[in-house]
Amino acid sequence: MSKLVIDAKGIYYRDLNAKIREAVREGYKEFELLNVSGQRYIATGLEGDLKFLIKGVAGQDTAAFMRGPYIRVKGNAQDGLANTMDEGRIVVEGMAGDVLGYAMRGGEVYVLEDVGYRVGIHMKAYKDKLPVIVIGGKAGDFLGEYMAGGVIIVLGLFSKHPEAPITGRSLATGIHGGSIYVRGGVPEYQLSSNLLVEEATAEDMELISKYVHNFCKELNKDPEPILKEKFIRIRPKSHRPYGNLYVPN
Amino acid sequence: MLKERIYSISEYKQKIFSQKEYMREKDISGCGLFGVINKKGQPISGCVPVEAIAIQHDRGNGLGGGFAAYGIYPDLADKYAFHLMCDDQHSLDQAESLLKKYFDIHLSEAIPTRRTLNVMDSPILWRFFLTVKKDRPSWNFLSEEDYVVAVVMLVNKRVPGAYIFSSGKNMGAFKGVGFPEDIGEFYRLDEYKGHIWTAHNRFPTNTPGWWGGAHPFTILDWSIVHNGEISSYGINKRYLCEHKYECTLMTDTEVVAYLLDLLIRKHGLSKKMACKVFAPPFWDEIDRMEAEEREAYTALRMVYGSGLLNGPFAILFADHKSLVGLNDRIKLRPLIVAEKGDEVFMASEDCSIRSVCPDPEKLWAPKAGEPVIVELEN
Repeated sequence: MSKLVIDAKGIYYRDLNAKIREAVREGYKEFELLNVSGQRYIATGLEGDLKFLIKGVAGQDTAAFMRGPYIRVKGNAQDGLANTMDEGRIVVEGMAGDVLGYAMRGGEVYVLEDVGYRVGIHMKAYKDKLPVIVIGGKAGDFLGEYMAGGVIIVLGLFSKHPEAPITGRSLATGIHGGSIYVRGGVPEYQLSSNLLVEEATAEDMELISKYVHNFCKELNKDPEPILKEKFIRIRPKSHRPYGNLYVPN
Repeated sequence: MLKERIYSISEYKQKIFSQKEYMREKDISGCGLFGVINKKGQPISGCVPVEAIAIQHDRGNGLGGGFAAYGIYPDLADKYAFHLMCDDQHSLDQAESLLKKYFDIHLSEAIPTRRTLNVMDSPILWRFFLTVKKDRPSWNFLSEEDYVVAVVMLVNKRVPGAYIFSSGKNMGAFKGVGFPEDIGEFYRLDEYKGHIWTAHNRFPTNTPGWWGGAHPFTILDWSIVHNGEISSYGINKRYLCEHKYECTLMTDTEVVAYLLDLLIRKHGLSKKMACKVFAPPFWDEIDRMEAEEREAYTALRMVYGSGLLNGPFAILFADHKSLVGLNDRIKLRPLIVAEKGDEVFMASEDCSIRSVCPDPEKLWAPKAGEPVIVELEN
């Protein structure tokens, strides 16, 4: 079936999503959504081999619970993108808001510019599922808060906050699994004592290189200079950081 | 009755649940904000904030919408424009007789409204254009602004069923129970032009959705719209009480309007410093500052601890020459800022700004606790 083009201008989010779901049931595999203006829940809960091109501003909880589809946002994404996402790929050509990848458990998200606060909160990995977020710009506070698994890579390159540090306060608070890789490194004062901070190993660099290459391919950047810089790896010291909080062993 | 409690809980519930379908199928949400300023002071039509907040329809639930507008009464710019909401004619008469005692009334008229399908049970909405009496009946020692504040507090506290919800010069608040796009229609905002506008879409959480509780909250030229919850309300309210500000509107945000007046107008703090009272740097950040800055922020936190706003917030506040956006210091509510030409836009959502400014020159999410202060030029 051919591509379905929908002009979303002035369409209420429920009607827009109903229309998309109806088309998916009819067998459409490819969608181009024009003039998207913050409509919520686009591609939420959709499964399988679908393709979306979203032109405009993707609204709250775009691609929540999504399992499989490919989404390209030509513009910015608002808060809650990839909430509990399971599989698939999202590419954002602009910036993304707060709680990106909340409880994400699989799939890949590539954001060209800055992301908001609490990105990757409660991310987790299970068996062959490894959620990955690559951030071309900088991240707000609480990056990887309560992170249980998966990978976050922060490049710090395409940012609107030249004066800000690459990640914010309370970095990886309560993290108990997974890895955060930061290009260049972060100021010492941002690293709390529960974090294990080391230079990325050759094995790590292999993984970083794979996803940075994906990022560059999707967003038309040159991976060479990005990968020349050293990366640090942030991991939890303990998989049970609060194990002794209430009942000391 | 506007004063006391608006509806008994059972009346309140019956009223809401019988009429509003959207209350039964509740969407997750939070309040929505929008603001715009033209730095050259050029007028912006009231259609702009209405359109921009309408896009954020689903951030509210129809229990409050409102707008503040600056520069809307150029022919009466030297008069205090008091907007009142009253339960009935009797409350209005009582409020008017009290205002007559303290002010000369230059113009007294109904606030123009139009019948709007989704705006129901509006109180009497009236406006007075006033100047302070030459021979004041009391409070002779007060500055003119303090005198005006004192009368507003007096009416709001003492006159049953009447509230002054706007008291600045050449500005006004327009608010009520309904979605903001309906409230804008109801107040005929398309007929006004102003150089600064703020707009609010309410999703009441802890306090009733009633006419007085809609945003903005104002005193003198200050207006504020807020998304979030101010859990320090009790401390802030008691602190304000010591400075003769009485909270009567049953919504946490009211304290911010009075704190602005106290900190900036009365105590002479800059807008930036006032923002740093609301959302101060953390102590560990203060420890890392240079000596002079460290001492200043330490002093600020010590002196104005009771002015700190705890809890999640994104706020937009304005006076006749500036628009300011501020987040709580751990960014528990969204805020986006954009610039194009002489205009600066602030909103809870990117799409809201783009609905009235499709191609901003610059658009970003400010950092937590870092105010964005836009002043009029010249």
